[in-house]
Amino acid sequence: KDKEGDDRKEEDSCSQQNISSKRKNYQRKNSDGKRAGKEGSRQREGGKKAPTKDQKESENKEKKTTRKGKEGENKQKKDRKNSISSASSNSSDEDSLSEEELAMLMEQVEQKKKLISTMRNKPWRMVKKLSVLREAQGFVEKFEGALGKGKGKKLYAYKMMMAKKWVKFKRDFDNFKTQCIPWEMKIKEVESHFGSSVASYFIFLRWMYGVNLVLFGLIFGLVIIPEVLMGMPYGSMPRKTVPRAEQATAMDFSVLWDFEGYIKYSALFYGYYNNQRTIGWLKYRLPMAYFMVGISVFGYSLMVVIRSMARNANESTADGDDNNFVFSWKMFTSWDYLIGNPETADNKFASITTSFKESIVDEQESNKDENIHLRRFLRVLANVLIICCLCGSGYLIYFVVKRSQTFSKMQNVGWYERNEVEIVMSLLGMFCPPLFETIAALENYHPRIGLKWQLGRIFALFLGNLYTFLLALMDDVNEKLAEEDVVKNITHWTLLVHHNSSMGNDSTATPPPLDPADMPRGPCWETTVGIEFVRLTVSDILVTYITILVGDFIRACFVRFVNYCWCWDLEAGFPSYAEFDISGNVLGLIFNQGMIWMGSFYAPGLVGINVLRLLTSMYFQCWAVMSSNVPHERVFKASKSNNFYMGLLLLILFLSLLPVAYTIMSLPPSFDCGPFSGKKRMYEVIQETIELDFPLFVAKIFSYVANPGLIIPAILLMVLAIYYLNAVAKAYQRANAELKKKMQMQREEEKNKRNNKASTNPMLQDLEDLLTPSTRSESHPKQTEDKKTESPNRTSPVGKQGKAAVPDGSPMTGGRGAAFTLPPHVFVTQPPALGVRAPYPGQPRPRGHPLGPVRASGRGQPRY
Amino acid sequence: MGNKQTIFTPQQLDAYQDCTFFTRKEILRLFYRYRDLAPQLVPLDYTDKPDVTLPYELIGSMPELKDNPFRQRIAEVFSEHGDGNMTLDDFLDMFSALSEMAPRDLKAYYAFKIYDFNNDDYICKSDLEKTVNKLTRNELTPEEVSLVCDKVIYEADADNDGKLSLEDFQHMIIRAPDFL
Repeated sequence: KDKEGDDRKEEDSCSQQNISSKRKNYQRKNSDGKRAGKEGSRQREGGKKAPTKDQKESENKEKKTTRKGKEGENKQKKDRKNSISSASSNSSDEDSLSEEELAMLMEQVEQKKKLISTMRNKPWRMVKKLSVLREAQGFVEKFEGALGKGKGKKLYAYKMMMAKKWVKFKRDFDNFKTQCIPWEMKIKEVESHFGSSVASYFIFLRWMYGVNLVLFGLIFGLVIIPEVLMGMPYGSMPRKTVPRAEQATAMDFSVLWDFEGYIKYSALFYGYYNNQRTIGWLKYRLPMAYFMVGISVFGYSLMVVIRSMARNANESTADGDDNNFVFSWKMFTSWDYLIGNPETADNKFASITTSFKESIVDEQESNKDENIHLRRFLRVLANVLIICCLCGSGYLIYFVVKRSQTFSKMQNVGWYERNEVEIVMSLLGMFCPPLFETIAALENYHPRIGLKWQLGRIFALFLGNLYTFLLALMDDVNEKLAEEDVVKNITHWTLLVHHNSSMGNDSTATPPPLDPADMPRGPCWETTVGIEFVRLTVSDILVTYITILVGDFIRACFVRFVNYCWCWDLEAGFPSYAEFDISGNVLGLIFNQGMIWMGSFYAPGLVGINVLRLLTSMYFQCWAVMSSNVPHERVFKASKSNNFYMGLLLLILFLSLLPVAYTIMSLPPSFDCGPFSGKKRMYEVIQETIELDFPLFVAKIFSYVANPGLIIPAILLMVLAIYYLNAVAKAYQRANAELKKKMQMQREEEKNKRNNKASTNPMLQDLEDLLTPSTRSESHPKQTEDKKTESPNRTSPVGKQGKAAVPDGSPMTGGRGAAFTLPPHVFVTQPPALGVRAPYPGQPRPRGHPLGPVRASGRGQPRY
Repeated sequence: MGNKQTIFTPQQLDAYQDCTFFTRKEILRLFYRYRDLAPQLVPLDYTDKPDVTLPYELIGSMPELKDNPFRQRIAEVFSEHGDGNMTLDDFLDMFSALSEMAPRDLKAYYAFKIYDFNNDDYICKSDLEKTVNKLTRNELTPEEVSLVCDKVIYEADADNDGKLSLEDFQHMIIRAPDFL
């Protein structure tokens, strides 16, 4: 204990010394800066008399200090020194030079400004930072006004003022922005209880909410509101009226719950919109707006997803693909600094211990074969099982969908038969992921990799389900299209008959219009599709919430309260509490978003439902996770870039884009509902707008641009560009790998040299010691002569010094030297293709190992 | 709002914003956190820079640090005299460096400081042993610990002096996928 205390004291004093020395050094630097400033001003005042002598002196002094000074920030100092020396040399050369002085001053001001803006990146104490900041600001304030002359001066001052205002504005805006980010505290709380992996789900949820809010604004502001305000009111035309046969039950809850009745004929769905070219006094082109909004929903989502992916990719460094630093990473980065809950911390300690033990065992028995074979076998087995599950579920859905088509033809089917598809899909979504998880236990991956596999599998499941569902829907749509033709004729005929009969009765007056409710109408497949998507979304929401309520909350209550009177320990034993299911939740979110993207074209109200869902699920899940879940047994950190989520999102965005694009481009819209009725294809609305609303030459340009002769070369060009960029990226990657390898080689070689050195005969060492003084004396004049040419040479004497110093038992000097030598990887720039490092000058060591064997022996040998 | 303004002058707030990664609101929030640790010690008025230090026992009991095995080191590294007692400036410094906006270089620098238990500017083997023991709560045997430490030095020590310098450490940690 005492000893420790002593140690501590020593350390303290040591660190204080360090600090104080640093501070001194720093103050010196400051005073240098000040002096430079003063000199500058004096020069300006004195005009012609350049105080060269004084400057030279100071220059010399500085040189000395830089040579001696071994603590940090000498780069900056050098910069400053350079600027000063260059300025002084200039001033001794010529005499007038107010311009150069100004330039110098300007440079200094810029430097200070840079210092101010990077202040927060400096690892200094706050007191120091504050004082430096004040000083720099003072400097800038003082000399900023003096810069620029004559006319330029005012402009410069103005520019500076604007820049300052801009910085202030930016800061205020940032302040405002952080205040606008919702749920920050909630998420932080979850993070501290469950580690960052669970929190990453909530952050993703929040991001999703933001995106959906924008989509909602687009659709609501540009489509729904104009239609409601300016479009024809309800009941004015057949597509906006509930048919006579349905009117009796149109307000029943059971009907509304199925999104039939009044909801079906509301602005929430595609069919409600009119094909009038312009509506209201604003001449708002609604069909055009509808089309453009439908496209821009996809465009915006694509842009956002890709942008955030690119940002994440920039932030994340190498994905840890090289396994050089297994233990180091484990040691230094395994603790999650965000944990603030004792239970989680316990789990984390346990998981770190096991991971250490595992990697020790791996290291010791890395060449044990059966283990690997068994593991490989298990992994293959697991994959086979999971593929079977996937095929089974796909077939099940196909079967159910086929059955539902026969049901839909029959009358008076029960509730179960009507909702069979949704129920089966929800059940599959509920039971398959846990099954996968059980199977994945066979594989024994690291939890983060395991999570990715799990995500990929569930994603495949969902995707299969979704596409089976879509195919069935397509069948349905084709049927409806056939039906539509028939209805179209009937409608014509009805109108004709009505006309004729009214004509017959009363030939003078115009015929009273047919009541819109009585009008026969087509099936309007777009609305049907929209209803399907809305139903699917709602049932998905319900299933998710009920699962949370039953699977987490009720279970937690049961475990907590029945535990008092049960024969075994429920909390530790079988049911226990639920863990938060990250993969399932993330995928649920992504899958749901895919449905929103697909369905929003046919049901503009769907995004509104989704916004509500995300909002409630934020609160509900936060509550559920805090109240009834326990931290993961193997707590792990989410890596900072959640590009994996984003990748899945992008994939599903693309996949949901396909069917919508298909319907827009190649299916005829219904003839009596929706904004595009009466056209052959939906995209014709654009051609129409261009032809009617734009001057002729725009139409011409458009037709040229749309010409395949132009589009195909453009696509070709893009493909070529992609190919080229890809090749460049690959080349960079290869260069990177090469450099890494060289670095590795360098290290190995260095290590070997050291190993060999320990065992070399003392003769060589003596020789070396003899030779060092001579090299030193050689290098000395060089140093004083010229700083710049010295720097490339510097590595050799200092490296030598370090080496020579080690046997003396004073590691500090050696260490100091080493700290300031360029780190060994700088050598990489030399072509080490020879495989043999050129020996140091004056170092009698002709031992040139070919690399391969050296590396092999390096592993086995003792390292120190 | 008017009440809050009196804690710091606007100049102080601006200076703090320049020196940390925080916005005004966050700085104020941190101040309140700091004050909540010892309401009787910390005045509500910081315009004239009172010299207040909170002892390590209070800092270490914050929920953010309570369960951290390195809490003592963190407090020591960021406190002005290396004893774990913190002024408000140190406190802000600490949270600024640990916040998610801080760049990796800065984080690496402070992480190095934290793992450098004996303050000799190198992470040597004894530092590594302490780290491992803290991380695993002494559940590894001494042989295992020393094996792990040897492995770490073998992996990360680029200049072969048997201990990790700041450069070694940065070189190693910058590419770690887990390093936040």
